[in-house]
Amino acid sequence: MSLFSKLKDRLFKSSTRLDAGIEGIVADAPAASAADEARRTVDDAMLEELEELLITADMGVETATRVTANIGDALHGRRLTTREIKEALAREVGRIMEPVARPLPIYPKKPQVVLVVGVNGSGKTTTIGKLASQFKAAGKQVVVAAGDTFRAAAVEQLQVWGERAGVPVLTAPEGSDPASLAFDAMTRAEEIGADLLLIDTAGRLQNRQDLMEELAKIVRVIRKKDPSAPHNTLLVLDATTGQNAVMQVDIFRKIADVSGLVMTKLDGTARGGVLVALADKFGLPIHAIGLGEQIDDLAPFDPQEFARALCGLEELK
Amino acid sequence: MFENLSERLSGVFDRLTKQGALSEADVESALREVRTALLEADVSLPVVREFVKAVSKKATGQAVTKSITPGQQVVKIVHDELIAMLAGDTDPGVLKIDSPPAPILMVGLQGSGKTTTTAKLARRLKDREGKRVLLASLDTNRPAAMEQLAILGTQIGVDTLPIVKGEDPIAIAKRAKTQASLGGYDVYILDTAGRLHIDAELIAQAAAVRDVVSPRETLLVVDGLTGQDAVNVATEFDAKIGVTGVVLTRMDGDGRGGAALSMRAITGKPIRFIGLGEKTDALEVFDANRIAGRILGMGDIVALVEKA
Ligand SMILES: Nc1nc2c(ncn2[C@@H]2O[C@H](COP(=O)(O)OP(=O)(O)OP(=O)(O)O)[C@@H](O)[C@H]2O)c(=O)[nH]1
Ligand SMILES: Nc1nc2c(ncn2[C@@H]2O[C@H](COP(=O)(O)OP(=O)(O)OP(=O)(O)O)[C@@H](O)[C@H]2O)c(=O)[nH]1
Ligand SMILES: [Mg+2]
Ligand SMILES: [Mg+2]
Repeated sequence: MSLFSKLKDRLFKSSTRLDAGIEGIVADAPAASAADEARRTVDDAMLEELEELLITADMGVETATRVTANIGDALHGRRLTTREIKEALAREVGRIMEPVARPLPIYPKKPQVVLVVGVNGSGKTTTIGKLASQFKAAGKQVVVAAGDTFRAAAVEQLQVWGERAGVPVLTAPEGSDPASLAFDAMTRAEEIGADLLLIDTAGRLQNRQDLMEELAKIVRVIRKKDPSAPHNTLLVLDATTGQNAVMQVDIFRKIADVSGLVMTKLDGTARGGVLVALADKFGLPIHAIGLGEQIDDLAPFDPQEFARALCGLEELK
Repeated sequence: MFENLSERLSGVFDRLTKQGALSEADVESALREVRTALLEADVSLPVVREFVKAVSKKATGQAVTKSITPGQQVVKIVHDELIAMLAGDTDPGVLKIDSPPAPILMVGLQGSGKTTTTAKLARRLKDREGKRVLLASLDTNRPAAMEQLAILGTQIGVDTLPIVKGEDPIAIAKRAKTQASLGGYDVYILDTAGRLHIDAELIAQAAAVRDVVSPRETLLVVDGLTGQDAVNVATEFDAKIGVTGVVLTRMDGDGRGGAALSMRAITGKPIRFIGLGEKTDALEVFDANRIAGRILGMGDIVALVEKA
C-alpha cells in the first residue's frame, strides 16, 4: 500500500457516528415497500436531524444550520437513500472546503521563515518534525529552531525530531528569550544558506495575554531581521478541540498574522468538523493534516476526501 | 463570540409578563435556546437531549416569583440541574491512596496533559498531605517524554524512577512497583504515553500495565477544550481500562468546558481536578458550581441565583 493510501485509511475509519446517524435518519422514515431501498423525504424534520448530526462532528450550530439549509433549498421534497444524503452533505462540505485547501506556499526567499504556533499540546513540535522531513526529502535545506524555551524537555523533544528528519536544530538554554532565539536562528540559517527555517514555539492559550504578547514580540523581532518574515505562520489545531478552535483562530490570527492551518490527530475519532466552521468564517488556507505520531504521518489537505470522511462515505475508488 | 444563556433567554421571554407560571410553550421556546447554548459549549448531543428533557419536566408549571424574570427562572432551573449532574457524592479531591505504596495510573489521548498533571498531583500530595511520592514515566513512545517527567520531578522535589533505555512499559511498571515498596513510598504515579482510544494495541498495553500494578486510582486526563468526541474517548477508556476519575486540563483557557458534563453524564465517573495552567501548582479540586456557570457562559450566575 502506498503511503498516502495508508494514511487515508486512518481518515476513513469505519462506522463513524455520522455514518450510523444518517442510516438512523433513513431508518426513521416510514418504509414505502419492502422491495424498495430505504429512502427518506427531505423535509424540515429530516433536516433538523441532519443538522444535529453535523453538530456531533463539531461543525458548530451556525455552520451546521447553514449547511443543512442549503441542502434543504436544493433537495426539498426529494426522497433520498442513505448514500444520496451522504453525498449531498459531502458535496456541500466539499464546496466550502475547496477554496481553503492549499499547500504551504514556497517563496524564493532564503531562508523562508515558517513560524509554528498554537495552544498547548496541539502537535506543533511533532508537525515541525514531519514538515522538516518532507521538505528535506523535496531537496530543501532545512533548519529548525527550538523556540519553546519554556516547557520541560521541549528542546530535547525537538532535537530527537531533528535527528529523525536529518536536519540541524538550533537551541537556546531553557528559560531564555524565544524572540532572541528566533533572531539568532535567522542569522544562523542565513549563514549556512538554508532554504527553510522552521521555528517551534511554546504552547499558549489564546486568552493568556502575557503569552500572546510574548508571541507578538517574537514576530516583531523576526521582522526586524527580515520585514517580509515570517513568510508563513502556521496555526496547529487539535482535531479533538470543539468550538474553542474558532476563538483560537480568531485571536492567533490577530496577534500573529496566521497564514495557514494544520489540523492534527485526525487519526482519532474526532472528525474535525470545526474546520468547516473555520473555513466558513475565516477562509484561511488549510495546508496539511496530521494522521499519527510517526514522521510520515502528515498528508496534504484534500477537501473532497475530508468531506467524504466527515460525512461517512467510504473512500473514492 | 457566544452569547451567554441569560442574554439568549431575555429575548425569548421579553414578551412574557413577570407573573404566573411557566407554560409548556414558554418552556419549549426557552429550551431551544438552552439546547443551542449547551451545544456551543461543546456538550455532546446525546447528553444535551437528556438534559433538556429533564429540565423541561422540572420547569413546566413552575411558579415565577416576582423578584426575577421568567428567563432568570429558567436559568436557575438549568443551573441547578447542571450542578446536580456534575457533582458527585464524594469529595473529588480525596484520592484513594491508603495502603502504601498506592499506585495511580494516568491515561489519556496524546497531548491531553498527562505528564504535567502527574507532576501537579505529586506536588499536591507531597505539599498538602506530606506523602512520599515516586513518579515513573512509561512513555517509551514520545521523544523526550521521560526526560520531561524527570525535569518536572526535580523541579518539585519528587523522586522519579531512574530511566533505563530500552525497557518496555510493562517492565517499567514492575520496576516502579518494586521500587515504591522497597523505597518506602506512600504513592507511586505512572505516567503513560498518549494513546488513541481506538488504538487496540496501545489500549491493551495500558490494560496490561493496570494488571501489573492494580492501581487504586486510574485517572483519565482530558483536554477541557475537547468537543463532541469527549464521550467516545471517556467511554472507550473506561470500558477498556477502567477509570476511577477524570482530570480536565486547560481550564485556564476560554473554552466553555462542556466536555465535563458529557463525560460525567455518560460514564458516571467523577471529575476530580481541573488543570489551570502549565505550572505545577496550577491544579484545583473540581467545583461543580463553577463549571456549571462556565458552561452557561456566565460567571455571575451565583449572584443571579441568590436573588431567586
Ligand atoms: N494520534 C496523533 N498524535 C499526534 C499527532 N500529532 C501530534 N501527536 C501527538 O500529540 C502529542 C503532543 O504533540 P506535540 O508535538 O508535543 O505538541 P505541541 O503542540 O508541540 O505541545 P506543546 O509544545 O507542549 O504545546 C504527542 O504525543 C504527539 O505524538 C497526530 O496527528 N496524531
Ligand atoms: N494552559 C495549560 N496548559 C497545560 C495544562 N496542562 C498541561 N498543559 C500543557 O499542555 C501541553 C501538553 O502537556 P503534557 O503534560 O506534555 O501532555 P501529555 O498528555 O503528557 O502529552 P503526551 O505524553 O504527548 O501524550 C504542555 O505544553 C503543557 O504545559 C493546563 O491545565 N493548562
Ligand atoms: Mg512543542
Ligand atoms: Mg506525556
